Amino acid sequence: MSNMTNKLENAGGDLTARALREAFYAGLISLGLFFLFVGLKSDQNILNELILVQRWGLLAVFVIVAAVGRFFVVAYLQPLNARRKASKDAAATTETREGYIKRNFTVIAGVLLILYPILAVALFGVQGSLKWVDNFGIQILIYVMLAWGLNIVVGLAGLLDLGYVAFYAVGAYSYALLSSHFGLSFWLLLPIAGLLAACWGVVLGFPVLRLRGDYLAIVTLAFGEIIRLVLINWTEVTKGTFGVSGIAKASVFGIWSFDISAPNNFAKYFDLPMSSAYYKIFLFYLILALAALTAYVTIRLRRMPIGRAWEALREDEIACRSLGINTVTTKLTAFATGAMFGGFAGSFFAVRQGFVSPESFVFLESAVILAIVVLGGMGSLTGIAIAAVVMIGGTEILRELTFLKSIFGPDFTPELYRMLIFGLAMVVVMVWKPRGFVGSREPTAFLNERKAVSGSFTKEGHG
Amino acid sequence: MSGPLLQVKSVETYYGNIRALGGVDVEVNSGEIVCLIGANGAGKSTLMMTICGSPQARAGSVIFEGQDITRMPTHEIARLRIAQSPEGRRIFPRMTVFENLQMGASLDNLKYFDEDVEKIFTLFPRLKERQMQRGGTLSGGEQQMLSIGRALMARPKLLLLDEPSLGLAPLIVKGIFEAIKKLNKEQGLTVFLVEQNAFGALKLSDRGYVMVNGQVTMSGSGKELLANPEVRSAYLEGGRH
Repeated sequence: MSNMTNKLENAGGDLTARALREAFYAGLISLGLFFLFVGLKSDQNILNELILVQRWGLLAVFVIVAAVGRFFVVAYLQPLNARRKASKDAAATTETREGYIKRNFTVIAGVLLILYPILAVALFGVQGSLKWVDNFGIQILIYVMLAWGLNIVVGLAGLLDLGYVAFYAVGAYSYALLSSHFGLSFWLLLPIAGLLAACWGVVLGFPVLRLRGDYLAIVTLAFGEIIRLVLINWTEVTKGTFGVSGIAKASVFGIWSFDISAPNNFAKYFDLPMSSAYYKIFLFYLILALAALTAYVTIRLRRMPIGRAWEALREDEIACRSLGINTVTTKLTAFATGAMFGGFAGSFFAVRQGFVSPESFVFLESAVILAIVVLGGMGSLTGIAIAAVVMIGGTEILRELTFLKSIFGPDFTPELYRMLIFGLAMVVVMVWKPRGFVGSREPTAFLNERKAVSGSFTKEGHG
Repeated sequence: MSGPLLQVKSVETYYGNIRALGGVDVEVNSGEIVCLIGANGAGKSTLMMTICGSPQARAGSVIFEGQDITRMPTHEIARLRIAQSPEGRRIFPRMTVFENLQMGASLDNLKYFDEDVEKIFTLFPRLKERQMQRGGTLSGGEQQMLSIGRALMARPKLLLLDEPSLGLAPLIVKGIFEAIKKLNKEQGLTVFLVEQNAFGALKLSDRGYVMVNGQVTMSGSGKELLANPEVRSAYLEGGRH
């Protein structure tokens, strides 16, 4: 017995020593790594000469964070995880019921989203709610919708598309140009923008029908860039890098307008004080409805022959063909459907910004949308929504962290570290959950459903 | 209808410039089990794939029910009710057994699904037990059953089986061969079978073809071929069974 405690104590001492050793190495590595990145900075002085600014304090912060972090991971986090895993393995057999929140996740999330603007107004006032509804709510929901749209192409049909932002751009410019040239309303142009984007989806689909995986990714990447370059260079129509501005706002189905001069202005009609917050709240519900439509269509399609064919196509193209599935039309419908939702999101983007320019449709956008799909778990709507909240919400939160300026100096802009944190988060998630937040695929056909069918199976004309 | 169900006439198939099939003639009559045996790389699977139109034959013709299908795309050939259990089984690994069977029935848009799935579950009771399991988590034998079951869901007139015994334990192979025999006897299903397991395949079949280097060198009834000394020395002896 005493032998055993001895051993344990020994192990404890070993652990601390090991943690200290690893912390030292981590500090050393980060010193080497950040010496040139952080410790030294080239800058220009007033005479336009290049000078080296030394930032040893900041470098020290980096090194200390790395060393202390490593110490905590080795000394506390790893043993804790090991213990938790051991106890989880022991408890795995008993734990079968899912928690209440997990079971009713969709309903709870939906109700929360509908109440969200009301809560924001109640807590921060009409003007104060702007930031929460617009920067967080609308911004995140746009990406949720885009990622759900891309999920049809990448997650369901398994066609890796790196140029999804092209369809977003087509949707945005369709609305911007058609509305400013012909004065058509948003509600008319929304389906048109979707259709046009779907057409471009087919146009992209045709040449890449025979490609898969890496090759497909490269061609779609090029396609995204082609659309952007056309938008930049076709100046007579798109006004090039200046972009299209003064895009008309959407109205509540033509009943109330949000134009200040219009007689049926929303705020005037209800005798409310003038504020742009009402328009943003309206836009929030609009994008919520659009995203919900995307989710609904995806869920429905997965249970229909075409959705099943998409998933089968992702699994095995040759087997699909030998089962009589026309892989050409299956792929094209996947591209078109995904592109259509990108187009819807694009025209919403144009309406929200009131201004579109090619700068909004760079490759980085495609990469972010794809990252959301992959992080969320390909094919899982819930996982993708969570990933969008984390990634886009995270970016917005970074903007809010102004107090960091008092620590790192007035030049510190937290947004600039966005990509660093993205990369880090991605590595962590992929190590920890390689198939994304929600990695398991929900079957579309269920045993009990089938049983219900077999029950009435003896009756003629059933099933 | 007069004439054979499937007729392969002096078919030549190439992979690039390499000739894999050099003028193959094979006939399958309605209600028969016909097998094609041969060594590795003889072109057995290539013939199977050529019948399905991928790759397409460069010369010769494939005729099914009197219709020339040589230049048809694979999915349209499948719609003529030629079902295939391809080499390596090729089930959909992330979809459940049930969904895999649904995919098999997509030609009729699940019209006869409930009826047919019961038949498959009677034929392969193991699949019924595993119906909510993902295809990729099945054992090799179960995957083979699923592959055959999925092909049968299309209500085929002709079933093409490419090496159903590949990588399976002898007892399971026996079970699968028995299932094929049963389908043929009870439902009159026409089966064209490619096998390396020559003994089992020839015993099962009404007729057989022997393929060497992309050409059919011998043909005859299953019994004749089993008794043939050349076939015996090349494919049956040397410890096999």
